[in-house]
Amino acid sequence: MNTADADRLVRTALREVAPDADLSRLRPDADLRDALTLDSLDFLRLVELLSEGSGKRIDEEDYPKLGTFSDAVGYLSS
Amino acid sequence: MAEFRMPSLGADMDEGTLLEWLVHPGDPVHKGDIVAVVDTAKAAVEVECFDSGVVEQLLVEPGTRVPVGTVLATIAPPGTPVAPSPAPAVASPAPVAPSPAPVAPSPAPVPSPTPDAPVTSPLIRHLIAERHLDRNALHGTGPGGRITHADLDRAAATTPPSAPPTAPAAPEAPPPATPAGASPPPAAPSPVRASPLARRLAAELGVDLATVTGTGPHGAIDADDVRAAASTGAPPTAEPTPSRAPTEAAPVGPAPVGHPPRGADMRAAIAALMARSKREIPHYYLTETVDLGAALTWMRDRNRELPVSRRLVPAALLLKAAARAAVAVPQLNGFWLDGQFTAGSAVHLGVAVSLRGGGLVAPAIHDAADLPLDELMARLKDLVARARAGRLRRAELSDPTITVSNLGEQGAESILGVIYPPQVALVGFGRIVDRPWAVDGLIGVRPVVTASLSGDHRATDGATGARYLQTMAHLLATPEEL
Amino acid sequence: MTTITYREAMRAAMRDALRRDDRVFLMGEDVGRYGGCFGVSLGLLEEFGPDRIRDTPLSESAFVGAGIGAALGGMRPIVEIMTVNFSLLALDQIMNNAATLLHMSGGQFPVPLVIRMTTGAGRQLAAQHSHSLEGWYAHIPGLRILAPATVEDARGMLWTALLDPDPVLIFEHGSLYNLSGELGDDAGSVEIAHAAVRRPGRDVTLVSYGGTMGTAMTAADQLAGQGIDAEVVDLRVLRPLDEATVIDSVRRTHRLVVIDEGWRSGSLSAEVAARVVEQAFYELDAPIARVCSAEVPMPYARHLEQAALPQSATVVNAVHEMVG
Repeated sequence: MNTADADRLVRTALREVAPDADLSRLRPDADLRDALTLDSLDFLRLVELLSEGSGKRIDEEDYPKLGTFSDAVGYLSS
Repeated sequence: MAEFRMPSLGADMDEGTLLEWLVHPGDPVHKGDIVAVVDTAKAAVEVECFDSGVVEQLLVEPGTRVPVGTVLATIAPPGTPVAPSPAPAVASPAPVAPSPAPVAPSPAPVPSPTPDAPVTSPLIRHLIAERHLDRNALHGTGPGGRITHADLDRAAATTPPSAPPTAPAAPEAPPPATPAGASPPPAAPSPVRASPLARRLAAELGVDLATVTGTGPHGAIDADDVRAAASTGAPPTAEPTPSRAPTEAAPVGPAPVGHPPRGADMRAAIAALMARSKREIPHYYLTETVDLGAALTWMRDRNRELPVSRRLVPAALLLKAAARAAVAVPQLNGFWLDGQFTAGSAVHLGVAVSLRGGGLVAPAIHDAADLPLDELMARLKDLVARARAGRLRRAELSDPTITVSNLGEQGAESILGVIYPPQVALVGFGRIVDRPWAVDGLIGVRPVVTASLSGDHRATDGATGARYLQTMAHLLATPEEL
Repeated sequence: MTTITYREAMRAAMRDALRRDDRVFLMGEDVGRYGGCFGVSLGLLEEFGPDRIRDTPLSESAFVGAGIGAALGGMRPIVEIMTVNFSLLALDQIMNNAATLLHMSGGQFPVPLVIRMTTGAGRQLAAQHSHSLEGWYAHIPGLRILAPATVEDARGMLWTALLDPDPVLIFEHGSLYNLSGELGDDAGSVEIAHAAVRRPGRDVTLVSYGGTMGTAMTAADQLAGQGIDAEVVDLRVLRPLDEATVIDSVRRTHRLVVIDEGWRSGSLSAEVAARVVEQAFYELDAPIARVCSAEVPMPYARHLEQAALPQSATVVNAVHEMVG
């Protein structure tokens, strides 16, 4: 998955998980859970969407690598 | 023939608005089917019917507010042929209509303590104002007692108008933002002009629109006007009804519920319920720090083998432990009603769900103690999603027997919660944090959570509460048995 | 980031598509030697040759029909029609063939055709070159209707449209071609299913698309100066309409103004208003307002043309009316 696709996937997933959030104001290095007030269920759903959308298996140990927007894009496009 | 009535969805609910019919006359229904959506002051709730058969007649139109217990629809025995009728409240003489008068069923379908004003459409209201007629004096002969054009003509012929009639409708108003023919002559005693949102808020906050001054477009009452009136006027109806027929007095936990756009009115509902709790319930509080090392290790091992969609979160373990402990200490699982404790028939675990954008609902996971963990997890996900979408089911709102408030990862370290009346206990979990912890004489770092119990001192004493927290800690130490 | 015009973004989208997939070709009046009536395809003939950049005779019905045939035959044609007014000559092909064949063949024959055309007024091209008829096309099942209003959408919608098995019509408002905007260096295709909130706000929702997005954004800026916080929604996709985004916005703001360069009667603005009333009636705190073009053939004289078009001042006035 290239960076543009990963970027789009993360955005689409975040829009579903936090429909009221203004992604244009989200800093790429901000902690997603803090910035978008995601609880553990929201975060699990996010991981689920990213895993489905990218076809990539995401282990629980890798959750910290999805902490910020840029981390998540980097992780999916690596 | 069975009757489907406006249910009570909370101890403080006296009336509800029928929002939507999900069935039509002639549809077969089964006990437990969702047949209607009802709006309480707090949420749109899907309501199921308690009989099987065929929907015969829908007696109340969507948008109508009626007292609890009002017959909303009649249900004929299975197999009965029912002529499908295009619209609700069409009171053409039904095959089984009990009403002796075939043509004039005006207030009949809605037995309410005070006679309701006849049902009127916006056009009819406009004409009533334009012709200076008294709405309450009009007799409706249309379907469901609706006032028809002909009724107006009849009334106009017999009643001298209270003021000289003005010219017929003004020509179409040209400016783009003005609806055509919107402005009645200023001298006319017009019905209250208020926005749909303002009307909904007024109904929910118990504000009489006739007393509100409009500051919106063309002097219409808008939502802010209603909120201002509510904050200065008499408090909204927050007190529970003192007495109700025993069948209706099901021990119901009126969770402050709603969906995000409700904003101010949900705040008002939460305010009323929490104030009632603190006014009536003498709370005591206990806390216990619980080692989650074993539980989280077990959970991670389990999750490793599973796809994301089937993984657990710590909250599922905490909820399961809270439910199991409530089985072990049944004195905390139930309701305080009429000066005594009534035990719950099962553990229906209320889960406080904070809504994005503010507010709180606490619907129940039924029989939580008996659910396998993955089933509990699935229910939790479903419940949170629906709670945030504002679509909860009647039973979920009305019968939690004990509630858990879990602050989660973004929360504080501990919570001393406020009990949802008429429940007698609230369990709180703070954020899971790593702390130094003594194990077998050595200091180690362990993930721990502060569990708390808020108890109703009328129903139990601290010793019972302490036993509950201890039981829960033991359960969390052996997660494989959860 | 580079600064790029809408015209260049559209050209970059076509160049990208032509390079990525050799089934893609462009045809239309003057798209080759002349570089397109609005200069969008300038240089493409030199780069891709006359087989893939094809000038056609002046017969919209013929070359749109040819595009439908090519799409049925497995190609991915991009057909350019000079203006929406002229597209009416091909309306039979678009409506009776492109939009229906998949349905009438029981799902056997998709028509993966993209038609680009200019729409809208504001450039003194008078009543036969200036109308906004995209709302008519948005009435037709079987079509997807797009209205890019930003350089990002101009750059990104075409490729996604070519991937769509159904015919897709892209409406480019003539006044946008010289619009400049920032485009990321890795900008690529964009989704074509959702509306977008271009500016968040709390007090009123302004819904628009295409050429009147600038009008809406200007109005929002003016309102902000008066302490009124307007949210601006860009529909982007006119069919199927993403009503959820509009209704969510109205649930937040409780007020709605729809800005549409089409005529008010039977318009897309009417559709948006009706859906909001159907689905969010009890969220409305004021009557819905619409700002549309005057119901006249678009005048030639500049002052009359401007008077006929939606203006930001009219939008501001409409908001004042409803905020009270």
